[in-house]
Amino acid sequence: MKRSLGRVVVAAGMGLVLAGAVAACGTDDKEAGGGGDSATTADCSAYEQYGDLSGKSVTVYTTFVDTEGASYEESFKPFAACTGLTVKYEGSKSLTADVLGRIEAGAVADIVAFPQPGLLQQAVATGKVLPVPAAVAQNVDQYWTASWRNYGSVGGTLYAAPLGASVKSLVWYSPSAFTQYGYEVPQTWDDLLTLTADIAADGQAKPWCAGIADGDATGWVATDWVEDMVLRSAGPQAYDQWVNHEIRFNDPKIVDSLKEMSKILRNDSYVNAGIGDIVSIAATPWTDAGTPILDGQCFLHRQASFYGGNFAAENADVGENGDIWAFYLPSSDPSSKPILGAGDFVAAFADRPEVVAFQTFLSSPEWANEKAKVTDGGWTTANNGLVKSNLKSAVDQLAYGLLADPSAEFRFDGSDLMPAVVGSDAFWKQMTAYFAEVKPEQDVADAIEAAWPKD
Amino acid sequence: MDELLLHPTTAGGKLLLMIIAIALFALVMALVLILADRPRRRPRWVTAAVFLFPALALVAFGLIYPALVTIRNSFFDQTSDDFVGLKNFGFILRDPEFLTTLRNTVAWVVLVPLLSTVIGLVYAVLVDRAKVEKFAKTLIFLPMAISMVGASIIWKFVYDNRVGALSRAYVTVAGWFGSEDAQAPYWLIDAPWNTFFLMVVMIWIQAGFAMTVLSASIKAIPDDIIEAARLDGVTGIKMFRHVTVPMIRPSLVVVLTTVAMTALKAFDIVRTMQGRLYHASVVANDFYTWSFNNNDKGVGAALAVLLFVIVVPVIAYNVRQLKLTEDIR
Amino acid sequence: MTAARIAGPAKNNQPAKTKPGDGSREDGIVQNGGPRQRLGRRAARARRVLTSSAASTIAICVGVLWSVPTFGLLVTSFRGSVQDIRTTGWWEALKPSNWGGFSLDHYGTVLSGTGTANLADYFVNSIVMTLPAVVIPIFLALLAAYAFAWIPFRGSNILFVGIFALQVVPIQVAMVPLLTQYVNLGLNSSFWVLWLSHAMFGLPLAIFLLHNFMKEIPRSLVEAARVDGAGHVTTFFRIILPLMVPAIASFAIFQFLWVWNDLLVALAFGGNTPDLAPITARLSDMAGSLGSRWHLLAAGAFVSTIVPMGVFLALQRYFVRGLLAGSVKG
Repeated sequence: MKRSLGRVVVAAGMGLVLAGAVAACGTDDKEAGGGGDSATTADCSAYEQYGDLSGKSVTVYTTFVDTEGASYEESFKPFAACTGLTVKYEGSKSLTADVLGRIEAGAVADIVAFPQPGLLQQAVATGKVLPVPAAVAQNVDQYWTASWRNYGSVGGTLYAAPLGASVKSLVWYSPSAFTQYGYEVPQTWDDLLTLTADIAADGQAKPWCAGIADGDATGWVATDWVEDMVLRSAGPQAYDQWVNHEIRFNDPKIVDSLKEMSKILRNDSYVNAGIGDIVSIAATPWTDAGTPILDGQCFLHRQASFYGGNFAAENADVGENGDIWAFYLPSSDPSSKPILGAGDFVAAFADRPEVVAFQTFLSSPEWANEKAKVTDGGWTTANNGLVKSNLKSAVDQLAYGLLADPSAEFRFDGSDLMPAVVGSDAFWKQMTAYFAEVKPEQDVADAIEAAWPKD
Repeated sequence: MDELLLHPTTAGGKLLLMIIAIALFALVMALVLILADRPRRRPRWVTAAVFLFPALALVAFGLIYPALVTIRNSFFDQTSDDFVGLKNFGFILRDPEFLTTLRNTVAWVVLVPLLSTVIGLVYAVLVDRAKVEKFAKTLIFLPMAISMVGASIIWKFVYDNRVGALSRAYVTVAGWFGSEDAQAPYWLIDAPWNTFFLMVVMIWIQAGFAMTVLSASIKAIPDDIIEAARLDGVTGIKMFRHVTVPMIRPSLVVVLTTVAMTALKAFDIVRTMQGRLYHASVVANDFYTWSFNNNDKGVGAALAVLLFVIVVPVIAYNVRQLKLTEDIR
Repeated sequence: MTAARIAGPAKNNQPAKTKPGDGSREDGIVQNGGPRQRLGRRAARARRVLTSSAASTIAICVGVLWSVPTFGLLVTSFRGSVQDIRTTGWWEALKPSNWGGFSLDHYGTVLSGTGTANLADYFVNSIVMTLPAVVIPIFLALLAAYAFAWIPFRGSNILFVGIFALQVVPIQVAMVPLLTQYVNLGLNSSFWVLWLSHAMFGLPLAIFLLHNFMKEIPRSLVEAARVDGAGHVTTFFRIILPLMVPAIASFAIFQFLWVWNDLLVALAFGGNTPDLAPITARLSDMAGSLGSRWHLLAAGAFVSTIVPMGVFLALQRYFVRGLLAGSVKG
């Protein structure tokens, strides 16, 4: 016995030494990498208004991890360097599941970036979210439109300033393939249907590719499709009523929009390139769904601006004359230009001066431009103080242009505004059934309507 | 002090804190036990209390108290403010999908433990004292060591329609039978079979657990008994049925129970592998959805309470087994 | 005794065990080693060799079938082209013409990490989080299991059943109540709450499992020690603990695995920061919100599995027959 115990101790000791050695090397690397910080040479004049915050610290909690998270941390550096503030950043993909519990337990960060207005509303209902300070409200009024202010407000009070944004009404295509086969970017919904029929008739490949699988969030891709269709087929006014439940989910207008969508997504000769039949849309991860365009296995894929990051990861050249580019999903009536988008919102749970200062910074054009400069792609904002050319990716610039387009009618992602039990449960489930079981449109809409909370 | 004992930031600091914590734990336990042993003639219940108290205190704090809160919440509204009686339970029972969910849950709780245990047991017996024992056991154990994230990718590469091994095997076999352009089914979409394919993943993981525990138990069977049986001419299947299984019966009960509890609580396989619906949900998955996605604490808690109720037969079975072994002892 | 020692390892020298069902109780250590018995044993061994080769073959077949899915992932983690991973089965990579496609790139990416995150930090966090979270519940559970098995007291059975039934409580229901208490204590976001939480969640199963093994220790051994005047604490350390080594090893493996592979508890009570988060959190982040990164997940899964596999292999040697006898002697 003694012998084996001794061996365990020795083994454990060796493990510790090894771990210590690994950690020591790791620390060295970090220090070496952390040098050459651009912020030390940056101009601090823009940050003078925030005063001296040395010795103070602020905690930030977001959903952004890995390279995305790193770009956020990078964007805080000039502020931290000039004011002396320490920003403690935490990114977690489980924020939506954890944040309300943390609020209830009193363990929430000073500043939280909410990925959906619906979740923000639930957080505000706990009474722990503080209304934004005056300086933030001023920034929001100055740099964002009234509707964006509205998404960050609950009951008329502004609780959260918008942070990032994305445009969802985009169709990805390959400019070179379009040139090769003589296809043109469609200007109306009918053009798009004609184009689809032409591609199918030419028989090179199925026109569309789609995929809605995303682990336990499976279905959101399809809800975006539906929202875009409601905006185009029923119009922005009906869209607002639908989101606010002023018309029922199984209203004929909504069911008709679903049927319009079925013209493409439930036509076996239009989907699902190189992957399978209609049912395969339910099984295909959304991250894998668009890339067949690059292999010439399909021609069209409707997905948000942030999908550019996925193409970039495949080493594709994203650009108007590159391998892959996106066009605006046209509406039936060319005079109206509805745009579906989404974004995240920053709320504070503390009002210490350093928290207020940092919150103000996040709502300023300084931060937006700083963030643009350190992000490779997949990020934009509706902050009109952003200088477009600071965005590195062409598609982010396209998205920013659409967000800033005065003729466009912007609408926020409806499933993010609906009650969670619909917007991120029943709607997702039923859209999955729409593909997996080819469930009739009317039944899909009826089932979602039945799940809407009754009060 | 804060840096040292609460929030170390360097690797050295963290390892030091870990050593301090273990040393502190050892010290406290030593003190308590020395005190407990001091006067020899001390009422038995005092000794029992000293042995039990640390574990009971932690369990009461970490599990009993939350379980009671959950039971309370199941009778309250979604923010746990107003008493609503049985409304949450009524809501669950009225859901047309709920019967399917319940059926799936029962399938999980019955089939997963049975199959995992049978496979684990047979395997443990087969490799016992074999030359390749360690290697063979490692193969079955490996799935246990791979995290859930790893397991879900592994099975994506089995069930995927294009790049999945099972789909390819299906197409190949169909080819032998003359079906030239057979298409593999959507393993995780076509109900009700998708529940079975999800259970396979759980069995794949849990068989390693069953095998490890049962193997340790088989090794504890005294050689004399085996030898005596052999001298009586008992071998092979008979040995397995009449000697091995009765001897490790308590361990079998433990393994069956533990795997049943794990299967009852498991929602991550269902959740991450098949996403939404397809009629493969289980109660634990609904519990998670209502608690953390729909943020309705009332319905979420009511579903958790249903989990507690479903486990009652398992508890009853264990009490019976416990009584049986008590009688033998 | 002497004959037995010459004939083979200590494993021949076993204390007798109560046979279930016959209700009789044998005391002490059986003296074995008569010449007839030895002959019989030799014959049995010969038979065993024959059956074991057939058994091994079947076992290996099952083992291979069990490993095919994992093997697929292993192959995938070495496939260089992300597009190939997405569009063709992993078995395609095994064709000799495709061997050129293998690369270590994905492992390189996983190990180097991105941004400010350094994989070594997370690795240290995992170790610091895991060791106390294994040691504490095992020791506490051994004490409790001993009490249930060997200290008769009123209500012992009810209490035992109650504790094992707690296994059914989903950890998720404990999140908010526990976090609230930790905040009140000022302990949240520290290793202390991670250790505490893992200990709490691991205890019911630990007590259940260890109690089962504890009960199998011959009553005669414990009673002999008690007659000699040993208190419960002495009996626990001198008699029980050495005999429990295989059981402790098997539970230690599982507790180690659960804590090492845990993501839920670490994120809920610690948070996803380089100061506290374990390696699983890092790998899960690497899967990212952008792009499908099966290749990184595949490589990451193997990187994080190396340590638990090492622990399994290291502890597996305690699952040996005869330990019981050896320790009684020593």
